[in-house]
Amino acid sequence: MILPIATIVQQVPLGAFLGLGLTLFIMGGVGVLIRRNPVVVFMCIELMLNSVNLILLSFARYLPSGGAVESPMNSAVSGQMMVIFVMAIAAAEVAVGLGIIMAIFRSRNEVDIDDMSLLKS
Amino acid sequence: MTGGMLGFIIVGIIAFISAFFVVKSEDPVRSAIGLVVNFLAIAVAYFMLGAEFLGITQVMVYAGAIMVLFLFVVMILKLGSRDKAVDRAPLQRTAAILLGVALLAMVMSVVVGVDGAMANSVEVGPDFGKPQTIGKVLFTAYVWPFLLASILLLVGVVGSILLAKRKG
Repeated sequence: MILPIATIVQQVPLGAFLGLGLTLFIMGGVGVLIRRNPVVVFMCIELMLNSVNLILLSFARYLPSGGAVESPMNSAVSGQMMVIFVMAIAAAEVAVGLGIIMAIFRSRNEVDIDDMSLLKS
Repeated sequence: MTGGMLGFIIVGIIAFISAFFVVKSEDPVRSAIGLVVNFLAIAVAYFMLGAEFLGITQVMVYAGAIMVLFLFVVMILKLGSRDKAVDRAPLQRTAAILLGVALLAMVMSVVVGVDGAMANSVEVGPDFGKPQTIGKVLFTAYVWPFLLASILLLVGVVGSILLAKRKG
């Protein structure tokens, strides 16, 4: 049975989307804390950014929005704008972060989060 | 159980299991594959929320571009060897997981209480997630943040080239 999208979202409460997003966020946070491989730590940060996007978008869909489309008070539009900007920032962050990891790997020939303690007093 | 809720539960289980693989897997390539599956599941959730444009952007930007970057770095750095991917001490890991469970219980106690006016979706009109709506607003009301984001991306491009350039 194929349902139209408008029907699907009416059958799912807001708390379900929030619960999924927050669960993924906390899993990403635990991953950042327990992993030592910096690339996997980056992946966990991406997981957290993505779950924040999901939460922003579900609030954009579920909160009653008023005002014109151009107004920041219109949550249906401003939520989606926030998601777009988070995506842009995540892309820039990944490019720079992986460049830093490459540079560290070239100078030390191994990458381990716990060994990167040069700035620790 | 309605069809929409069943679909959401399937998407949520797929997202949860793939996120678990990202965090748990010892092989970074497997973590990357789990991350791709997670991004696709979240894109399906975007479609369920009615945001078609952002769902397609999610597939292209995250599951396409960002994952290619990750896999490149994993392959170049030979991080696939398991002896270098040893996880932290058991005490630290246990503390982190306990902290995560406590945080999850805390936020879930708030989420379960969400009801009343916010529990069900509101009518947003048929052009909620259309590219026309997003493009029009992005280039009128949000044009200054858009330009700032483009400057940020330019700085990111220049910075990553500078970092990756071989000295000498």
